[in-house]
Amino acid sequence: MTRPARLRVDFIACDGRGLCAEALPELITLDDWGFPVVSGQDVPPRLLADARATVRACPRLALGLDAGAGGHDRSA
Amino acid sequence: MTGTRLAGTRLAGTRLAGTRLAGTRPRLLYPGPAGLIEHTARYGPPPSGLSRPQREALIAEVDRAGLTGRGGAGFPTARKLAAVAAAHSPAVVVANGTEGEPASIKDRVLMARSPHLVLDGAVVAAELTGAGRAVIVVHRDVREIMDEAAAERARAGLDRVRLEVRTAAGGFVAGQASAVVRWVERGVAAPTATPPRLAQRGLRGAPTLVQNVETLAHLALIARYGAAWFRSAGTPAEPGTMLVTVLGAVREPGVLEVGTGTPVGQLLELAGGASAPPQALLLGGYFGAWVDAAGAPGLPFSSAGLADLGAGPGAGLVAALPVGVCGLAETARVVRYLAGESAGQCGPCRFGLPAIAEQVEQLADRRSADPWLLWRWLGQVDGRGGCAHPDGAVRLVRSALRTFGAELERHAAGRCSGGPAGLLPVPSGSRR
Repeated sequence: MTRPARLRVDFIACDGRGLCAEALPELITLDDWGFPVVSGQDVPPRLLADARATVRACPRLALGLDAGAGGHDRSA
Repeated sequence: MTGTRLAGTRLAGTRLAGTRLAGTRPRLLYPGPAGLIEHTARYGPPPSGLSRPQREALIAEVDRAGLTGRGGAGFPTARKLAAVAAAHSPAVVVANGTEGEPASIKDRVLMARSPHLVLDGAVVAAELTGAGRAVIVVHRDVREIMDEAAAERARAGLDRVRLEVRTAAGGFVAGQASAVVRWVERGVAAPTATPPRLAQRGLRGAPTLVQNVETLAHLALIARYGAAWFRSAGTPAEPGTMLVTVLGAVREPGVLEVGTGTPVGQLLELAGGASAPPQALLLGGYFGAWVDAAGAPGLPFSSAGLADLGAGPGAGLVAALPVGVCGLAETARVVRYLAGESAGQCGPCRFGLPAIAEQVEQLADRRSADPWLLWRWLGQVDGRGGCAHPDGAVRLVRSALRTFGAELERHAAGRCSGGPAGLLPVPSGSRR
């Protein structure tokens, strides 16, 4: 079973190229200046592979996956 | 209690009121710069040469004391000490006396009056974390005083820890912990990304303890007198004393040492009382929040006491805005300043804060503003930086929109309760 994960942006590294929002529109949108707004929720299991691919695709290595809160069980 | 005026110390452009203390004797502040002999006579020698069990016992004592960071974030000091002490490579201590908050002078007053208490704290922190070196980063106003104090200790052969005094960078974000470390390391005062945490990898990769100078002064006293003594002031949940800078419409602006949780109204009284009827108070600092003056006097100046208002003690700042002065204009000046003080590393902060500042200026100037756009941008900037700089600016603007609702209505009708007062100091010529 995969561990819950959550997207994180290193805004110091991020240049606002916007690739991530193109690749993963389900979880990433852009703000009014073109910088990614990521969902604060755990990545749904069905999107986990896409999320990993998007993290690898970031030209600035600014996108990451952190350990999430653990699905429905918030105390986990 | 009459205040003693600080003699023999010049802080650029700052008139310092005396130490006034509510309900307890001053712990941190001397009437004047204290030399080593006077300091030791007052407090006794600092504990040094601690064995490993003694070090662990002292960290536990700091935990029982409930000391939290006095630089603004309020993080429990014992947890930081333990994290750095547990690291496997040699640690380093950084005492943070940058005081980048333009309205605050409490750290400079502390260093000017009790430089050795701060250095004691840095030495104790170094012993507790196994650091052989402590870098004391200080506002340029007090560089000479701290140099002299460090030299005095070196001549006396007091410390096993090497003390290095450095002048802090100017600018609002320069005091952020990782920015201080980067300033010491490479002369760039801009925050770095987390992770890694500084406790794991900080100055030149070493586990690094960054503590505000006031926090270190309290630590030096807890090491001598223990947790029970420390807890005899303040509230049970937030014990100890704290330094507070009071400015604005009060008769004697300056620095107070008070028990944490002292009612806000009492802070104003200790600063000589209101010089004009207050309309609103800015609490915590430029990262803090405006609150309406009507309900403020009874509020305990503590995290718990101010949480419901979305405010906190922050870096210990209370600014009184008098009736007849436009709070929107005051906020617009500060937000424009904060926008200019962005390190410029993160897009939402770099582009969002100037956009927000422009909207707040339009509100203040009774030009057509777009509140919908302003709220949208506040949401888009909040929590989206490498440090808390954008979050703080957003907190300030949101609190202004809450607190100055009547003024907003006046402005919408083409009126204003007063011109820009310039109550809050905003340094000109920001870094960028």
